[in-house]
Amino acid sequence: MGLKRILLAAAVGLSLSSSLHAADIDPKNWDAVLEDARGQTVYFNAWGGSENINAYLEWVSGEVNARFDIDVVHVKLDDTANAVARVVAERTAGRNEGGSVDLIWINGENFVAMKEQDLLFSPGWAQDLPNWQYVDFESQPSILTDFTVPTEGLQSPWGGAKLVFFYDDARTDAADLPQDAEGLLAWAKEHPGRFSYPAPPDFIGSSFLKQVLSELIDDREKLQQPVDPETFEADVAPLFAYLDELHSVAWRSAAAFPQNYPDMKQKLADGELDIIFAFNPAEASAAIAAGELPDTVRSFTFPEGTLGNTHFVAVPYNSSAAAGALVVADFLISPEAQLRKQDPAYWGDPTVLAMAKLSDADRAAFDALDLGVATLAPDELGPIIDEPHASWMERIEDEWRRRYIAGN
Amino acid sequence: MTQPERAGLSLRDIAIRLDGRLLIALDAHVAPGETLTVMGPSGSGKSTLLAYIGGFLDPIFDAQGQVLVDGVDLTALPADARHAGILFQDPLLFPHMSVASNIAFALPPDVKGRANRRAIAEKALAEVDLAGFGPRDPDTLSGGQKARVALQRVLLSRPRLLLLDEPFAKLDMSLRAQTRRLVFDQARAAKLPVILVTHDAADAEAAGGAVFEMNGAP
Amino acid sequence: MTLARLAPPLTIGILILPLVFGLVGTVLPAFGYLPALGGTTVTTTHFAELFAMPAIWRSAWLSLFVGLATTAISLGIVMLFVAGWSQTRVFQRVQHLLSPLLAIPHAAAAFGLAFLIAPSGYLIRLAAPVFGIDRPPDLLIINDPLGLTMMAGLIVKEIPFLFLVTLAALPQLPHRPTMQLTSAMGYGRVAGFAYALAPRVYRQIRFAVYAVIAYATSVVDVAIILGPNLPPTLPVRLLRWMNDPDLSVRFLASAGAVLQLSVTIAALALWWLLERFVAAVVTAACDGGLRFRRDRIVRILSLTATAIAGLLVFAGVALLALWSVSAFWQFPDLWPQALSLSTWQSALPRILDPLATTLLAGLASTLIALLLTIGCLEREIETGKTGGSRALLAIYMPLMVPQIAFVFGLQVLFVASGTDQRFAALVFVHLIFVLPYVFLSLSDPWRALDRRYDRVAAGLGRSRLVTLVSIRLPMLARAIATAAAVGFAVSVGQYLPTVLIGEGRLTTITTEAVALASGGNRRIIGVYAFLQTLLPFLAFAIASLVPALLFRGRRSMRV
Repeated sequence: MGLKRILLAAAVGLSLSSSLHAADIDPKNWDAVLEDARGQTVYFNAWGGSENINAYLEWVSGEVNARFDIDVVHVKLDDTANAVARVVAERTAGRNEGGSVDLIWINGENFVAMKEQDLLFSPGWAQDLPNWQYVDFESQPSILTDFTVPTEGLQSPWGGAKLVFFYDDARTDAADLPQDAEGLLAWAKEHPGRFSYPAPPDFIGSSFLKQVLSELIDDREKLQQPVDPETFEADVAPLFAYLDELHSVAWRSAAAFPQNYPDMKQKLADGELDIIFAFNPAEASAAIAAGELPDTVRSFTFPEGTLGNTHFVAVPYNSSAAAGALVVADFLISPEAQLRKQDPAYWGDPTVLAMAKLSDADRAAFDALDLGVATLAPDELGPIIDEPHASWMERIEDEWRRRYIAGN
Repeated sequence: MTQPERAGLSLRDIAIRLDGRLLIALDAHVAPGETLTVMGPSGSGKSTLLAYIGGFLDPIFDAQGQVLVDGVDLTALPADARHAGILFQDPLLFPHMSVASNIAFALPPDVKGRANRRAIAEKALAEVDLAGFGPRDPDTLSGGQKARVALQRVLLSRPRLLLLDEPFAKLDMSLRAQTRRLVFDQARAAKLPVILVTHDAADAEAAGGAVFEMNGAP
Repeated sequence: MTLARLAPPLTIGILILPLVFGLVGTVLPAFGYLPALGGTTVTTTHFAELFAMPAIWRSAWLSLFVGLATTAISLGIVMLFVAGWSQTRVFQRVQHLLSPLLAIPHAAAAFGLAFLIAPSGYLIRLAAPVFGIDRPPDLLIINDPLGLTMMAGLIVKEIPFLFLVTLAALPQLPHRPTMQLTSAMGYGRVAGFAYALAPRVYRQIRFAVYAVIAYATSVVDVAIILGPNLPPTLPVRLLRWMNDPDLSVRFLASAGAVLQLSVTIAALALWWLLERFVAAVVTAACDGGLRFRRDRIVRILSLTATAIAGLLVFAGVALLALWSVSAFWQFPDLWPQALSLSTWQSALPRILDPLATTLLAGLASTLIALLLTIGCLEREIETGKTGGSRALLAIYMPLMVPQIAFVFGLQVLFVASGTDQRFAALVFVHLIFVLPYVFLSLSDPWRALDRRYDRVAAGLGRSRLVTLVSIRLPMLARAIATAAAVGFAVSVGQYLPTVLIGEGRLTTITTEAVALASGGNRRIIGVYAFLQTLLPFLAFAIASLVPALLFRGRRSMRV
């Protein structure tokens, strides 16, 4: 009865009301965008689990307010999927304008999901941002191809990410550290109960599965294509054989898993885990500075390469402050904002800008950053393994769940 | 109304039933300054009669009959419009107010002015030998003092009639006679018709008026 | 007063209508009907899909088991403790210990417990020097597959709740004479209570017990923090589906919500059987004249269990507060290497907005709840009728239906309504849960106030309204303030409704705490858990101070 009628009425009511349509904004006319953005409130939906990042966004909010008269409100998410779900719910309810999400911190499968369902502000706009001139898309291919899916300017890069491992030098002998996934398994067998990974669908945990799969699959090229259902089982067999072995020597014998990266970090500090991993090479230094990890923690990576990607910001199709959101996205890739972001005192996230494209002063400022004792220099980070096509993540998460969720 | 107006309280053909069982049947007239004493053992429904006259009878009772004062029919009026002053066996002074505020609360709204109302309250206290007790916490008063405050409170509200629900039962023997005398003297002076409910024959005697005996379960 | 006449229907409406609409908004999509998502035909495929999910029955069974066991153990401990110790000095001490625990939100208590009992937690740290432990042992304590730790986390919070509900019921029974009678006949304390008083006490608190069952079978936050991982309990999986970016999963989530509702109903049905069984056993023991005079061990066990529950929560919250001001703190150190205010300094500026929302939503929903409750109780006085047990059922209804099963449907309706009144909607959805608690805590003192005061005032020619404002409200100031504090605490603790209706634009201390909890940072969790605890505490402090100050010269207004 009522539900259908209410939904219908809402849809009709909204389509009748006319306001500044998101599609009316032309990013090529930047002055007009700035003008439209004035006085807008931008609800920036971003993961809120890290105080460093929250503080950084607080700073962004203050700067953007002072310069462009835009209010940025950080909507703290525990999972980016929640914001995607909200946009989905709004379209369900026919709220095609005046949506509650204006800017969203996103990448990978959430981006693919929103792109495929046409939930993003389009056509592509990222290349039209004034600060795009500094962006390092030539040597960071994941800026243009997110999880094998072309970004087409539907999202603007914000920071880089690369899988790195952390250990406590005071407890763990650096000479024994593994050099690849097989080595990690061997290490875990020698140190039972001291390694684990967050259970999928946590994205760090899923990334670990992708790392192992990338190393063990017979042909890595397959991962750049969507999953082939015919060969899927054979393709992932080495991964799950690996996991079966790993689980028997994992922390808590894999009857429980860490919640996510920060949980692993706490467990490294508590001495429950000896090797953990993160997607941000500067994470360990930042944690040392915050008193969350001992200053004996160091980083390492696999010489043959680890997974790397870029994270972005995107604007939902029904944003009620699209102009403001674009201005914020542009500010986020300004040399100033990126410099602060890479500074481990604030965040420590690798920049998406090309040093060669910057002014001398900006470049010098980046060079002067002290990345911290536990952070590997950019040339020590090793090769990047491309993210597999998003369908792989979905399928291996399902398969993981099917095999392991019932416990032992 | 066919009957002539009569000064005082008229109870006409009062009949109160509970589940069809007749509890009270009464037809009486109480002249101004006079007292009708209703006597009976506990549980006989004496208080129910007061509740009916006062206008706060529990809806589970089925009641008929008219209550008139000086020819004015109270039966259809809500309790707060009847001006039926009531004294219970507990003085029931409002514990969150001072003694003077308790009395001032009873003063009708047409008595204007805060200072004026205070003064009237203080004067009423002085009348019952409680001069200067105004700012006191009611809980610090003795039983007899509380009873006197309660009496002055009800009288200052300019009631049309007075309902007494065993008001002396909890007082000491020595205080009881004294308080009793005070209450009836004041009621007579104010020319109030009084209904007294009690099971103490001494109360009835002191009241001096007609006595209506209830015999428990009729 | 005509306004009072409106109060009962309004109250019932606020309690029941959102429930009905919310359930409709959940059940229709479960059967495939949600036209906006292209679901126009009634189908059971979503249930087939649900039942094909790996280990779904295990998840459902876990929820059922955790719910029933939590309730049985908490109630058992409370009943034995009340039976064994009421009207002793120990009892009063424990009462003072447990009362403030009610104000501590479940999530905060769960975090505190997690840090106490984890293999790297405080208890093992205490034992470390004795046993020479230098690394945390690899033991599965938290997230155990049977949900035992999760149950412990729930039990320590349900004990204070059931205890205080029982305390409220006791004065309405001839407690002392009955106990004197049974002990004169040679029955032990526990047996005497069980035979003569427990059946009547239970009758009065049974709805609260059912609310505990509903809560424990459908709890999300505690399950995330302490519950099993493989598989998680049903509500945790359900919330994941509700938040899935893939539209079609909404149907699955709705089907899951219906399963959740069935699990709760099944738990209530099983509980009903358990009630019969326990009653039969007690009756048989009673008829057999069993006196259980030597119940010392049972008494001591019940006291120990109650005290441990209280101490665990207190110690947990205190340790979280310590974490919030600690610099690096390594295993097996008992004290952080240094103290630092930096966590607070960086967190405080970001706390202000959520704090304001928490306060405003709490005050608004509490105020409305108070007005409605007072209206209803005033109407009771006018009509001379209480709603009886049917009204009590209506009041408990929002507490006995799993939040996750109907607030999800409410969110769909809210979004569909296209309204901008988000704060009003938030206050409204809080009101649904605040109202029952305010009503339950205010109704007994309201009804207990001597009705003759009203009659005296009426006889003095004062209207109902004047009597209410200048006699009843001040005389009941303390009870009203306490009810308000309870309501405020309930509002502060709301997680799921705030997340679903606030949609991230309105955040409270509690939603921020759970979002930050996903970061697992104990210092930040400490800050928020401390605030989460502090706010209700302040409310209760104000509730006891303000009436004391207002009526400081009035002896009989003291407790």
